[in-house]
Amino acid sequence: MSLPLVVLLPFLGAIAAPLFAQGGRTAIAIASSVPALIALAALFPHWSVLSAGGTVLHTYEWLPALGLSFSFRLDGLALLFALLILIIGLLVIIYSHYYLSAKENVAKFYSLLLCFKGSMLGIVLSGNLLLMLIFWELTSLTSFLLISFWTHKQDARRGARMALAITGGGGLALLAGILLIGNIVGSFELDDVLAAGDLIKSHSLYPVALTLVLLGAFTKSAQFPFHFWLPHAMQAPTPISAYLHSATMVKAGIFLMARLYPALAGTEQWFYMVSFTGMATLLLGAYIAMFKHDLKGLLAYSTVSHLGLITLLLGMGTQLAAVAAIFHVINHATFKASLFMAAGIIDHETGTRDMRRINGLWRYMPHTATLAMVAASSMAGVPLLNGFLSKEMFFAESLQLNLPGLWAWVPPIVATLAGIFAVAYSARFVHDVFFNGKPVDLPKFPPHEPPRYMKFPVEILVFACIMVGVFPTISVGPLLYSAASATLGGEVPDYQLAILHGFNLPLLMSFLAFFGGLLMYTQRQRFFDFHAQLREVDGKAVFEFVVSKIEDMAHSFTGWLENGSLQRYALLLVVSVIAVAIMPLAENGFYIGENGLSPVDWPTGTAASVLIVSALATATWHRERFYALVLLSVVGLVVALGFARFSAPDLAMTQLSVEVVTIVLLMLALYYMPSWTPIESSKGQRIRDILIALAAGTGMTLITLTMLTQPFSSISEFFLENSKPGGGGTNVVNVILVDFRGFDTLGEITVLAIAALGIYAMLKNTALTPPPGDGLGHAWTRDHYPLMLRQVARPMLPLALMVSAYIFLRGHNLPGGGFIAGLITSVALILQYIASGMVWTEDRIPFRYHNVIGLGLLFATIAGAGSLAFGYPFLTTTFGYINWPVVGKFEVASALVFDLGVYLAVIGATLLALVSIGRLSPHSAIKSKMEGA
Amino acid sequence: MELLFALAIGALTTSGVYLLLRARTFPVIMGLTLLSYGVNLFLFASGRLATGQQPVIGTAASYSDPLPQALVLTAIVIGFAMTAFLVVLSLRNLADNENDHVDGRRETAPPPSKLEQEVSGK
Repeated sequence: MSLPLVVLLPFLGAIAAPLFAQGGRTAIAIASSVPALIALAALFPHWSVLSAGGTVLHTYEWLPALGLSFSFRLDGLALLFALLILIIGLLVIIYSHYYLSAKENVAKFYSLLLCFKGSMLGIVLSGNLLLMLIFWELTSLTSFLLISFWTHKQDARRGARMALAITGGGGLALLAGILLIGNIVGSFELDDVLAAGDLIKSHSLYPVALTLVLLGAFTKSAQFPFHFWLPHAMQAPTPISAYLHSATMVKAGIFLMARLYPALAGTEQWFYMVSFTGMATLLLGAYIAMFKHDLKGLLAYSTVSHLGLITLLLGMGTQLAAVAAIFHVINHATFKASLFMAAGIIDHETGTRDMRRINGLWRYMPHTATLAMVAASSMAGVPLLNGFLSKEMFFAESLQLNLPGLWAWVPPIVATLAGIFAVAYSARFVHDVFFNGKPVDLPKFPPHEPPRYMKFPVEILVFACIMVGVFPTISVGPLLYSAASATLGGEVPDYQLAILHGFNLPLLMSFLAFFGGLLMYTQRQRFFDFHAQLREVDGKAVFEFVVSKIEDMAHSFTGWLENGSLQRYALLLVVSVIAVAIMPLAENGFYIGENGLSPVDWPTGTAASVLIVSALATATWHRERFYALVLLSVVGLVVALGFARFSAPDLAMTQLSVEVVTIVLLMLALYYMPSWTPIESSKGQRIRDILIALAAGTGMTLITLTMLTQPFSSISEFFLENSKPGGGGTNVVNVILVDFRGFDTLGEITVLAIAALGIYAMLKNTALTPPPGDGLGHAWTRDHYPLMLRQVARPMLPLALMVSAYIFLRGHNLPGGGFIAGLITSVALILQYIASGMVWTEDRIPFRYHNVIGLGLLFATIAGAGSLAFGYPFLTTTFGYINWPVVGKFEVASALVFDLGVYLAVIGATLLALVSIGRLSPHSAIKSKMEGA
Repeated sequence: MELLFALAIGALTTSGVYLLLRARTFPVIMGLTLLSYGVNLFLFASGRLATGQQPVIGTAASYSDPLPQALVLTAIVIGFAMTAFLVVLSLRNLADNENDHVDGRRETAPPPSKLEQEVSGK
């Protein structure tokens, strides 16, 4: 349990820390430190297992089918990184306390910092590659938020976006790589993967998997040519730069390479890809660092260079080089974090980071200067400091590579050159900032020492630099051994952590680097002049260019595809449907099935012809909207007849009543719309559309014909058999609707209700003035509500209501039911609106349709939920028989209540929709008001 | 009979699709209405064509398939809701944009009357 806890704690802290923001900055800083302290305490007991070369594994199942598990694994390497993350994290919290001003959003800062810490711990402690990837992406996201912490700065936002794009892209590559590895090994568990190194390396997909994994590692660890995001990430607050971009996050790529070292390293591909990338990064970073005037810029490129150095060491493939790499991870984290903190102090106290202005600070802050000078010396590789030890090992290893011919000289020369640059830029850092004359035009003058405890974290780190430098075996020996053993898969070569290994070639290289660097610094003006002639390839510019190109392309593609024309979308949709439908149809073909064709009787033949002619005529004369609408209503009526003809009385009744409502609706719409559709499309377009329509129609004809002549078996036997005994009704369609598939119906009336409410909302406060005439030059009739219609309509209402009640009640046994009865009632009410006007009718209707809808849904739901009270599933129905005077023995099913809900919902929805449209015109409202008066 | 039924569905689909591809709201709504007639008939036809076999227990010797009927019944009602929603959407569009185009054009002038179009030689 303790390992997942270590990862979880910072996240819990991220939630809890903001609660302490009220208590002041000290309270929140203390609260933010607690998770790390507990985590350190939780890790401590495991040391006995780890020092004996063991691992600790805590696994919980998550998605076993995907190979994903909550698997946490602690070994020497994981412990080393976890300690770096936790301890430097603690120091950064102390430092931030003094760094952030009172105006900053400290709650957000600490919360994000803790989130980052948790993600980072997740990476190093994951025992499952997929789980690790999740944390990997989390570090990219939290890093993005931390870099852009000062959201008002454009550079910060840009830098954050670039970091996210590069590391996020690398994360995708890593995902692909990990999936490949998991596929090869058959498991994503780290133990399985590490044990299957030979299998992976001999697999034909190894080069692909390796490249993808390395892309992830290189982008994260800012290796050439992806290095450019790191200097721009320096827009982050300095504690973030110290923590994420020198000590921890950028080491995640290094960690990944070390973690998968047994599984992936030791091949030629690994050697060339990793070591050459490292070499290029090492040299490039060290070279550029020298010319940066920005204090943090210098440190950023120096970080790039040191990351390259570690990568190069890992790439060499020898065991000693791997040990040196791990050692340098520790050393770099300590001296670089302290340098960043020192740079932050200087920035804090002088108000600038420009080394051309910051000079001679020794006089103003000797304490900080001493600390920074020790750390910078470690960075330069001065003896008795930790940077010297790992650099010596690096020099020694660079001589051990068995490269053919003159190539063997390349690594040592590159190493020495990079060493020279490193000394030069370290010298610049020290000399320019603390000596070299007087400060030039500082925003804050005179600078003075920072608060006492702001220097405390720097002191700790510098102390660590010296301790490791002087007493390497005692201070880091066991930890390094354990980490190296975990990296190498158990076998650790003989190595000695000594201050001096005697007078040999590596020492000579160190001397060369040291004095070469100092010489270079004294001659720096020549180098600056030389560098000024070079045309620097600005990675940021290239990146922004590529991004804006991609944005432009996406924009123009979207603009082309999504031009705002429904006509175009409908065309694409129809054509794709036809294309998709053709494939299976072409395979099976069209044919008249076994059942053959039945003879046509003349009434049916006539009706069908009317339907076909009306449908085609609707399309042909659609410009005359009113006539087209009349033709459309003919089609609807014939469809209703068709349902009646082919044994579907319920459908016929529904279609008939819906038809009435639909036509009224379209008539209403036409009142506001132009009644004439002008020609918009060219002749070619129309011919194309006709061809497409014919293709669709022909296809549907053939499919229908094929389907209709096939024998079939249906699941409906069940419904037919159980309708009466199970549902208590003989009208199977109605029993299906309110009982067997009642849940569907409940959904359906809900949709109906939502549509009606949507209509109401959409038309609320919308005014639409109808055109003065019908577009054919005729003015609207001046007649108000026709007297004849009014007189007929009024007595119709009670009659129609009675019919609908009858239809409703008998619905369970004979054609009818809630849907049909609801529609009949609606039609009867709509007739009143048409005949007598909006105001007259509204005055006489004592309820709002919203409430009717709500009541309907309530009834239906209660009827369904009622069965729960008796321990039956939702919507179980029951029925019984009662004796109704006059009518006789009557069957009552609980489904009747449900059907009542349907009835009410249909009425409410239909009328709400139509009345909303009717109320649209202020003109008509005034007119009917006048009439009503 | 089956051929006739299939042809009817074909005619409904043809007209519906053609109207669906027009540039103004009202024809599109009519097209969708026609198309939903066609689709409803097609769904209904999946229970095959039967004469005098209404699925009411005790009224016939054998019964037609009640399931497609139940599905189509709700489809008709939902189809109405959809049509109503579309009509209102186009009315709202008319109110806000003062035209009934759905082809992406932003013409604010009222559509030419039939007479004008005839004069212009169409």
